[in-house]
Amino acid sequence: MSATRLAGVLAFLLAVFVLVPAFIAMTGRWDFYYTLTSVALLSVASAGVWLTFYIGRINIGQGAYALVGGYVSAILVTQAGFSFWATLPLAGLFCAVVAVAIGLPILRLRGVYFAMVTLVLTEVARLTALALPVTNGAKGITSIPLPGELSILGLTIIPDFGTLENPKLAFYLMAAVLMVLTYLVLWRIVNSRLGHLCRSLQQNEELSASIGVNTAMLRVLAYAISSFFGGLAGAIFVAISQSIYPSSFVVTDSVNFILYCFLGGLGYVFGPMLGTLLLYFGWDLLSIAKEYQLLIYSGAMIALMLVLPNGVLSLLDKKGAGK
Amino acid sequence: MTPILQIKGVTKRYGGLTANNDISFDVAPQEILSVIGPNGAGKSTLFKQIAGFVTPTTGEVLFKGNRISGLPPHKVARLGVVRTFQETTIFKSMTVRENVIVSHHLRSKASLLGFFLGTGPARTDEAEFAKSADDIIDFLGLQAIRNETASNLPQGHLRALGMAIGLATHPQVILLDEPFAGMNHDETMRMVALVRRLRDERGLTVLLVEHDMPAVMKISDRIVCINFGEKIAEGTPAEIQANPRVIEAYLGSEDAAIGM
Repeated sequence: MSATRLAGVLAFLLAVFVLVPAFIAMTGRWDFYYTLTSVALLSVASAGVWLTFYIGRINIGQGAYALVGGYVSAILVTQAGFSFWATLPLAGLFCAVVAVAIGLPILRLRGVYFAMVTLVLTEVARLTALALPVTNGAKGITSIPLPGELSILGLTIIPDFGTLENPKLAFYLMAAVLMVLTYLVLWRIVNSRLGHLCRSLQQNEELSASIGVNTAMLRVLAYAISSFFGGLAGAIFVAISQSIYPSSFVVTDSVNFILYCFLGGLGYVFGPMLGTLLLYFGWDLLSIAKEYQLLIYSGAMIALMLVLPNGVLSLLDKKGAGK
Repeated sequence: MTPILQIKGVTKRYGGLTANNDISFDVAPQEILSVIGPNGAGKSTLFKQIAGFVTPTTGEVLFKGNRISGLPPHKVARLGVVRTFQETTIFKSMTVRENVIVSHHLRSKASLLGFFLGTGPARTDEAEFAKSADDIIDFLGLQAIRNETASNLPQGHLRALGMAIGLATHPQVILLDEPFAGMNHDETMRMVALVRRLRDERGLTVLLVEHDMPAVMKISDRIVCINFGEKIAEGTPAEIQANPRVIEAYLGSEDAAIGM
């Protein structure tokens, strides 16, 4: 790793874990924690969407996996007495398994056909949550306890959130840690052979198969990892809001994940993270425009896609050779 | 000599349409064999059947005596039968070197998880792939453009890159789909020499589908001619040029079409 890159990573970690909490403590804007926690979690889900883009598929179904992950965590905590910390990986794994089952048939589709099926998935997830007894229908699951203590061999690693003076900070730190880990995994995937093979898949599936890549397996693997991220993010969202309803994640959310990826840049690992931050804050800032909020927001999106079709991060490339 | 590849009564029907019908021939090890025929004769379908992209309706393809028809493409490739494509098929937004390195996939010993974690075997693999990719790039004379993005390359280089991708899998049999299409005379002659070297220096068996008759006549040990999905002739270039059924199949096109 080059010195500048290392410095960049350290600066980023410093900003996330030291500067942001310090800034908030100074200004007393505790509500920022909620916003930033949301950004971190949404960027985790977007990371998954980005990975499906990386194998050449437009995934408008991440909301479904966030919803499934949320419900898995909520049900295990409230009905089976699991610790939240145990349900977190389980929610991710459950989503990955579901993704394998769904992905096997639908990942054969390409382009707009795959996109359409995934779009429907979010709606299917919502209707399923409405219909199943275990999810408690439209009333949803409420009064979910805050995450309890996590201890290994009697050593407390994470204290009980209920006893904390400031659970907002705790949630923020948890989301930030998860985000950092997610992007670490994503970065590693992209820069290892696994990522190179995903790129080969994105550019030419037939050629990829003829050089010996098991394309069906690789597609499903990428989709499962993607959905794993979606499930994790969903589970934490539920822990924060202490409730989940069939409408907690809807088609709009699925579409937003895609927009975050587009805006940040599909060619850049950290694109979805930046895209989430910009769009989420951008939307909030535009609330001063009242009824024109959506108009300005959509106009700005269209303009950005025209001017920077490769995402905001492509600005960094312009300095060099450019395309 | 026992044949390396046997095509036995291969037939493909799409509903009422028969793409090819009962085609049989053998390919000897280290032979350069061309499949010719007018447009729509079923040549590309035949290649797809051999490489596993299309399963024959009836008949079978044997590689060293084992059936490969019906296997998925990646398994056929793993056994050593690799197809390059009619169109200039490459990974467009990768550089030449990245294209060749990624195509070494078949030879990786480490698992995908190993690559993710960066384990010892994975590093060894990566180092070997890089070295082998450089060898192939040197072999094909692509040194000057190794770091060029593939989408910026001219036709001739794209063909060579397609071949480099094929070679990276270390095939025993390579199927070249119209390797000379869209090339001028000089480029074609260079490519002919290159295909010969594949056989002479790398010990490959080469199957090619091609329309450029002078090149086919020059390069082939044997030729199989297909028309309307049926094999109408098989033999040396001289035999094929003298075969009345082949001449009939090409009637209406210029005499030069079969190199006479």
